[in-house]
Amino acid sequence: MATTSLKKLSDMPELLTGGHAACPGCGGPIIIRQVLLAAQQDGRKVVASISTGCMEVSTTIYPDSAWRVPIFHSAFENSAATISGAEAAYRSLKRQGKYEGEIAFIAFGGDGGTYDIGFQSLSGALERGHNFTYVCYDNEAYMNTGIQRSGATPKGAWTTTAPDGTVEPGKREIKKDLTAIVAAHGVPYCAQASPHRPRDLMRKVQKAVATEGPCFLNILSPCPRGWRHDPDVTIQLCKLAADTCVWPLYEIENGKLSINYKPKEKKPVREWLKSQQRFRHLFAPKNEHLIEEIQAELDAKWGQLLAREAFDNEQEQESE
Amino acid sequence: MAENVALTGNDSAAYALRQINPDVVAAYPITPQTELMHKFAAYVADGEVDTELVRVESEHSAMSATVAASLSGARACTATSANGLALMWEILYIASSTRCPIVMPVVNRALSAPINIHCDHSDTMGARDSGWIQLYSENCQEAYDNAVQAVRIAEHPDVRLPVMVCLDGFILSHTLEGLEVNDDQDVKDFIGTLDRPDSLLNVDDPETFGMFTLQNYYFEFKKQQVDAMEKVPAVIEQVGQEYGELTGRSYGLLDPYRCEDADIILVGLGSTTGTAKQAADDLREEEGLKCGVLKLRTFRPFPAEQVCRVLSGADITGVLDRAVSFGLGGPLFHELRSARYGETAPMIDFIYGLGGRDLSLDNVKDIFRSLAEARDSGQTEPTTRFVGVRE
Amino acid sequence: MSELLKKDEMKPGGIGQGGSMERRYTGSWRTFVPITDFETCIQCLACWIVCPDSAIPVEDGERRETNMHHCKGCGICAVECPVDAITMVREGEEDDE
Repeated sequence: MATTSLKKLSDMPELLTGGHAACPGCGGPIIIRQVLLAAQQDGRKVVASISTGCMEVSTTIYPDSAWRVPIFHSAFENSAATISGAEAAYRSLKRQGKYEGEIAFIAFGGDGGTYDIGFQSLSGALERGHNFTYVCYDNEAYMNTGIQRSGATPKGAWTTTAPDGTVEPGKREIKKDLTAIVAAHGVPYCAQASPHRPRDLMRKVQKAVATEGPCFLNILSPCPRGWRHDPDVTIQLCKLAADTCVWPLYEIENGKLSINYKPKEKKPVREWLKSQQRFRHLFAPKNEHLIEEIQAELDAKWGQLLAREAFDNEQEQESE
Repeated sequence: MAENVALTGNDSAAYALRQINPDVVAAYPITPQTELMHKFAAYVADGEVDTELVRVESEHSAMSATVAASLSGARACTATSANGLALMWEILYIASSTRCPIVMPVVNRALSAPINIHCDHSDTMGARDSGWIQLYSENCQEAYDNAVQAVRIAEHPDVRLPVMVCLDGFILSHTLEGLEVNDDQDVKDFIGTLDRPDSLLNVDDPETFGMFTLQNYYFEFKKQQVDAMEKVPAVIEQVGQEYGELTGRSYGLLDPYRCEDADIILVGLGSTTGTAKQAADDLREEEGLKCGVLKLRTFRPFPAEQVCRVLSGADITGVLDRAVSFGLGGPLFHELRSARYGETAPMIDFIYGLGGRDLSLDNVKDIFRSLAEARDSGQTEPTTRFVGVRE
Repeated sequence: MSELLKKDEMKPGGIGQGGSMERRYTGSWRTFVPITDFETCIQCLACWIVCPDSAIPVEDGERRETNMHHCKGCGICAVECPVDAITMVREGEEDDE
């Protein structure tokens, strides 16, 4: 049986080696480690794809690779289409008796490769129903190319292509709600997770790889360089994201939404914004109104999640 | 048993794909390739193949999925045309540089804009530097034969490169033609089984594919591709000869027609060379012009040496280009002229048929006549001529 | 780095051996070194599961000394340790502790 016990997992092979070139304190490798540790359960082996991005360039530098699972990096926008091809090959070869073994297919992508340039490829693969899990490590900008704004960058954040200036307050637009868009495909399982709750994250991975059909995990991935924070607080920031409801932890299984973490006391978004230099300019008097807007938008989103959860619970009780 | 059937170009390619029985096909519809995939989808629906057919949401994903399937040890194919090929562009290079032996029929069509659905070679000519082998087909029989041979060529251990099987949109793809098809078992035996030395599904010895490769190694990988391409001509000839032994239809890099004693030779690709052969016959008979036609079956790798040998006796050479490189001229002409560096016999480029503009038998005869005139007068200017454009 | 491979020594297609990156030394990235007090450590493995550099080896369910070949000194382990068993010390000043 799949386990999330750290003691038990520590006996499993470490599938991402050290020696890679990710920045100190990067959230990406933490996420990949947790995902791979959890996925190799119940005799399953992982085959992965990854989109161009920080994690790809830092973990595969010819002739060296940090991956102890087979992985293919093809291009930026096609991690999902790539895993489709591998999964189709597996199904075909298996059906013809040319291959044996149980494989969990996992596609990795950053937010640029998932929310933006790889969005069509992701949507197509989800709709086609391939048996795979897509893992987005969301660091909220194009970090690999130098911290440019993406569809995942939150409102108000500084980036190199939407910097704050005398007339601009950083990014003006809200973050795309990709998890909701994925859920709208009617996939059997999708979730938001965070590496500060590894057991929750790994349980979600195990659920995803054990579920037949396309599954999606959106995982918050702090970036010390791009978010402008000290490398040692990466995990603390994840916790703060959950406590401010900036990054709610929830899952949608067969259409039913459950929130996996509800802060006893929801912290104000100001604390989140203060924790990273990318939001520093928001505290200038001319931008202060934006903090109120951001808080109001977050409150509305959180309220919608709570209402949806309550509604789904009621529906379930009625049908029982 | 081989049998005679009537098939369109699209159907003949689909028939070949059925016999190849790929493990994976990922494809997206685009005119004029569509009917090829309709036919193949029907084979899948009737259980006549073992193929996993992935109906992707774009050509970019078609090529991406095909590459990943190929790296997973599957025999993988796709097919496309024009803008679809253009959308695949990025992944074409990835297919060849990750050394995927993919076979892809390309039903040639003009690139936009303006949008046009008819034949020219602007699509595949643009992809000539993508590291793919390119075979061009004169008729539906060749489209079929090339597709079957392409598997052997692509998967040859010295090669391991993808192959485009080019066939002219509508002119071949939608034209019914009598052809001979091979017995299913014969094709199966001829192509054998794919044996990939490394695979994405090899979980017991995990390898990383498509690595980030810097200044210290990238160049060596490119030279490996150059080396592999250099081995292709011998493989094409060997496979073409074996195919001849099986079917009676042998293939090489080129198909010279009445070139041995020809004074005037017209070089071309694809279906137009059929018209040109007729024109050469007619002019030899009616006007005493010793005309010949040199059809290039292989455009990549470019069979420079072999072409030069055929053209060495001609007084003048004309080149039929169904594509244009803006600011230069016809791609076939320029490659041919480069291959013939140091030769003094004149050459004239005839750019024709863009966007499906018909090139009639009379048009080709006029081209031969203009070559004869240029030879006699010594006046070869302009060396790039546009056939039938209203100016 | 060892001597560079020549063209024909390289597998065609840009393929690398899985896990081979382990040989790379990233210890030189460190400014601060994590010093673990194993007397205080409760072996909860909270540090292990959040280490970005796979630099905390675990054997028989217990963490061992940090792998200084890979540790980049980010300090996440020290922050996440629930019993403050890990202290970050400036590189070269470990012995002063």
